This record gives sequence, structure tokens and C-alpha cells, in this order.
Amino acid sequence: MTMAIFSSRFGIFLVASMVSVYTALFMHAESEILIGILIFLCAVAWYLAERSGVSRALAMGIQENGLYSNALFLVGLLGIAAYIHGDHFNLLMLVTVMVFVVSCIGLNIQFGYTGLLNFAGAAFFGAGGYTAAMLTTNTGIPHLLVLFIGGLVAVLIGFVITLPVLRTRGHYAAVVTIAFSLLFRTLVEVNQALGGAQGAPVAGLNLFGWDFNSNVEIGGIEISFYMNYFALALVFLVAAMFVSRAIEKSWIGLNLDTVRLDETAAACFGLNITRWKVTAFSIGNFMLGVMGAFFASMLGFIAPNNFTFGDSLIMLSIILLGGIGSVPGIILAATIVIVLPEKLQSIQEYRFLIFALGVILILLFRPNGLIRRRTRVFCKSSAPGGINA
Amino acid sequence: MDIALFSQFIVNGLMQGIVYALVAVGFTLFFGVLDVIKFSHGDVLTVGAFAGLTSFLAISALGVDNSWIVLIVVLLFAVSVTAILGAVVARVLVVPLKKARAPVVNILLITLMLGTTLREAVRLFFPNGSSSQAFPSLLPGGAFELGALSLRYDSIILFCTGLIVIAATHLLITKTKLGLAIRAVAQDEETSKLMGINFEYIVLITFALGSAIAAIAGIINGLYYNEINFSMGLLLGAVGFSAAIIGGLGNLYGAILGGFLFAGLQTFAIMALPVASSYKDVFAFAVVIMLIAWKPTGLIPEVDSERV
Repeated sequence: MTMAIFSSRFGIFLVASMVSVYTALFMHAESEILIGILIFLCAVAWYLAERSGVSRALAMGIQENGLYSNALFLVGLLGIAAYIHGDHFNLLMLVTVMVFVVSCIGLNIQFGYTGLLNFAGAAFFGAGGYTAAMLTTNTGIPHLLVLFIGGLVAVLIGFVITLPVLRTRGHYAAVVTIAFSLLFRTLVEVNQALGGAQGAPVAGLNLFGWDFNSNVEIGGIEISFYMNYFALALVFLVAAMFVSRAIEKSWIGLNLDTVRLDETAAACFGLNITRWKVTAFSIGNFMLGVMGAFFASMLGFIAPNNFTFGDSLIMLSIILLGGIGSVPGIILAATIVIVLPEKLQSIQEYRFLIFALGVILILLFRPNGLIRRRTRVFCKSSAPGGINA
Repeated sequence: MDIALFSQFIVNGLMQGIVYALVAVGFTLFFGVLDVIKFSHGDVLTVGAFAGLTSFLAISALGVDNSWIVLIVVLLFAVSVTAILGAVVARVLVVPLKKARAPVVNILLITLMLGTTLREAVRLFFPNGSSSQAFPSLLPGGAFELGALSLRYDSIILFCTGLIVIAATHLLITKTKLGLAIRAVAQDEETSKLMGINFEYIVLITFALGSAIAAIAGIINGLYYNEINFSMGLLLGAVGFSAAIIGGLGNLYGAILGGFLFAGLQTFAIMALPVASSYKDVFAFAVVIMLIAWKPTGLIPEVDSERV
């Protein structure tokens, strides 16, 4: 079969290089006409791949060659970063995408795996950011530790609403996180100690004497200081993808899925629902908090407007657009949601409208998202789709 | 605290309470018939208020200046716009998802996103929509003096209007044939169909009714504060939703209780707590979260609930 080539390593390599070159081109493109053409080409390619069965073959191939595909993804990402090494704006955008990917992987562990709908994602993100602001300007705590503490603070704040989240389900749980999201936003806005509506400055990262905010010069090539942040974000991204993958592959992921799909059945089989919900909620909030601290350090500033209820919705939109539970989906959707409005300045103003409409259409016509979560394959001999996730 | 200021806080709290209760009644109606949360409700309220403002501008341009006629036109226009909007939302988004047996979360999300769409549409497409718009005062000025107390006539009229709307809704639900059909659908979809009730028609009517009430709440809010803005629905929606939840979803009395409770908490925070009044929402939401932790299905709970 001709499709078989797309399931092979060579096919995956071919597609990965095409995607990398395309992304690099897209980031480099300046004129809106060129960007429009690129988007159109991508849509056509996507449509053809879906119709001809190439996407299915590719997805199967990627599932069989997981490690290889992830390695290719990293090489592609490094290649893109190397291509735009001197460009502040594009590197910042790339790192922003990575920050959102890691945050959404965290949210995905809560929502996609365990079914905990968290409308306060941006609040936990902000909690990490404010921790970084307070600790970097007032204390001399090493910055790597500050990022870690940012995550811990988000987890601790999460414990405040753990009890109501555990005791409720569905709509009732949703209102808890929505109320918390609005509460947190108002709290930091009126609290003068945290800088009020104007926000607070955050010091740039400095790890073991390595100052992240100065440009690097290697062999006469000027490299943007954002490359430092890119390197660290890459570490976080790899770690988050590894953790997410490890959870999904292990019995922990199975337990989380069971809790999501049927609490009553899960309890009947002896699963401790409370324990799994708290675990998933804490892991997710930790990732959000660390990323918030990292992002605030990179921007050098944090303000209540950076994490409104709307931003929480954007994070959930990324998960839904990509496909609930699917990490590749998150990567694709985060790229679309972050990069598109930056590149097409004329739609910047309309971005919330467009994403909201996009999510409505996805929910109506393609509830599984752009790249749906694959069913687990525990051993290669078992046919795909044999075990339901 | 002197008596004039005190009474001002109380009046303010009561006005807020009636608006919250009206919004919460909508949530409770939708939940009753379809077991869904329509989170775009707050933004439907915004659309209602802006529709009212638009019709005011149009009718003033025509030269009509009798404020009662203007008021009736504004109300009718706002109510019809949101009623149609509510029915269309139910027909296009909620009922299809419900029929496809989509998870409740999807319906919550789709209506949240619809709310964002409406909010952004008002901001982007209403002339100068991103800043606050002045809302005309159409009610008689003046106040009712009683010693140091002074009650503005417009506040009294608005408050009574709100009460009448809630009472009328209650009568409609409990005393009419339509209300009987709504209650039947709420109780059991299958059986109500067997009894010859046009299920989808009743659902659409209920959504239109709830949305029309939201428009009235929006107009009351606009007339009281003389100002509306595109994002007013987000907070009002969240508050109305919280109110409906702490009162107990699917229960009209619960919605009223929740609405006034929330306003009472805010007023308490302003009057009695030694912190800045801007903390009122923080305090009210914090208490809401605690109440939910204590009574997960509301103060007047739903009858059936499954526990593990």
C-alpha cells in the first residue's frame, strides 16, 4: 500500500522536516498576503491528508515510533530556534507557545485525564507569576528555586478550593473554579502590596551566575537573549511531555481515566477517587505555577490583566481545539492560538471572537479536536483501537 | 454610620439582589427543563441592555420624547431581541448537543464560548463599544423623603418591577398550562413526550422566557446605574450562576434566595468589614465557595443526587 510509507520512519521524517520548514517560513514571513497564502496551503494540505488517509497512516506510524517521533520533534524545534536565533520578537513568540503548551499539558492532566474542569488555570498561572515577583525583588533566593516555589504556591492555593471541588461535580464544580478565578483576579487587582492594577516588576532570571537577560555571542554570531529562555523552556517542555506521557502510559493514567469516565464504577473497583483527583489537580497546578513564574520572569513584569478569566478560557480552548487529552493536539492548537494573532495583526483585535467561534464549531462538528487522543496500545501486537482509553 | 448612608447601602443591596435574582431565575429555568447550564446568560443580558440602548437612540432620533412610551418601546425591543436570541441558541447549540448526548461539560463550554462571542461582538461592533455607554434615565426623578431617609422613586419602581417579573414567572410556572408543560418536561423528558407535550417547543419557550427576564434585568441595571458596558454580563452571569447554585439549581425560591444572599454578602462586606469596599466581590465569592463546600447541591437542594 502506498500509504504504508507514511507509517514508516522515513515517512515521519519527511513530514516532520516539511512541518519544521513550514513553521520556520511562517515565523519569518512578514507580509499578510504571504501569511494568508501559507495558511491556505496548510489548510489544503490538512484537508488532503485527512481525505487520503495520510493522517491516519501517519498517526499510526507516530504511535509505533513514539521515541523516534519525539526526538524528531525536538530536533525540529531546535532547528526553528536556530533559524530565528537573532530575532527577539519571533523567539519570544516561540517561547510563549512553549509556555502555553506546558501550562495546557498541566491543565490537560486535570481536565483531559481526570475530568476536573478548571476554569481558574490563569489564576494558578498568575499565582506563580506573583510569587516570582515577590521573591525575586525582595529576597535573594536562587531563581531556579523561585520557579519551583512558584509551582508550590500554586499547589497550595489550589488546596484552598480542593474541598469544594472534591465535594461537587459537573456544574457545581465548574462554579467553584469560576468563582475562584474571578476572586483571585479581583484580589490581586485591589491588593496594593502586590502592585494593584498596575502590576509588579519581576527580575530577569539568573541561574548560577548565568544572566538570562544579556545577549549571547558565539563565534561572532549575535544571539538574542531570549535564546536563554528558550533553552530553559525546552527543558520544561521535555519534562512536562515526559511526565504527561509517563502518567498516561502507567496505571496512574488508567486510574485517572477511570475516575473521569465513571466515578461510581471507579469507587466500586476500589479506587480512591479523592486521592486521584487531588493528585491530578496538584500536578496540573504545579505546572501552571512554574510556568507562570517563568513567564513573568521572561516578561519582567506581571499585572492582573495577564491572567483574566478570558485567559483561562483561552487555555481550555487550546485543549479543546487540539483534542481533549491529546498532547500533540495541544502543541498544534497552542501554536495556532498564539502565533496566528501575532502574525496577522489585522485579526489581533478579533482574536477572542475568532477563537470562541472556533471552539463552538469544533464542539459542534468535531468534538474530538484537530488531533484526537489515541487509544493506548500496550503491546505492539494488539490492534490499535483494541483497548478503549 | 449615619442613617442616610446606611439606608443608601440597603437600597443598593436590594437593587443588586433583585438583578442577581432575575439572572439566577434564568439559570434555574434552563437547568430545570434541560439539565444544562447556559453560561452565555450573562452576556445575553448585556445584549438585552445594548438592544434597549439602541432602540432608545433610534426612537429619540424619531423625536418621541414621552419617557413612558420610550420606556415601553425599549423594554419590548430588548425583551424580543433576547427572547429570539435565547430560542435560537437553544435550537442551534444546546438542543443538538443534548440530543447527541454530549457530556455536560461540552454544553457548558459551548455556551461559555458563545458568551465570549456575544461579549466580543458587542465590544467590536457597537460604536465605541469598548468604553462604557451612558444609559438614559427614563423614570421620574425626585425622592420620597422620610426624615433623614430618602428613597428615590426610580429605585422603588425598579425594585417593584423586578419583584413583579419574578412573581409573574412564578405564577406562569405554577398556574398556567404552559407552566405545567414546563414542569412536566423538567420532571421527566420521556414521560412528558408520551403525554403529548411538544418537548422541543417547550424547551425553546423556556429559553426565550429566561432570556427575556435577563433583558429586563439588564434594563433595570442600566436604569439604576445609568451606565452599561460590554463586560457587565460576565460578572453578572457568574454571580447569577453562583446565586442559582448556592440557592439550589432548578428551584425558583432558591434562585431568589441566592440572589439576595449574594447581594447581602457584598453589602455586608462594604458596611461591616474593615477592608476597602473593592474587596466585596472577593468576600462574596469566598463565602460562595465555602457554602458550596458545606452544601454541595445548594441550600434548597435538588431532590435526587447520586453519591459515591
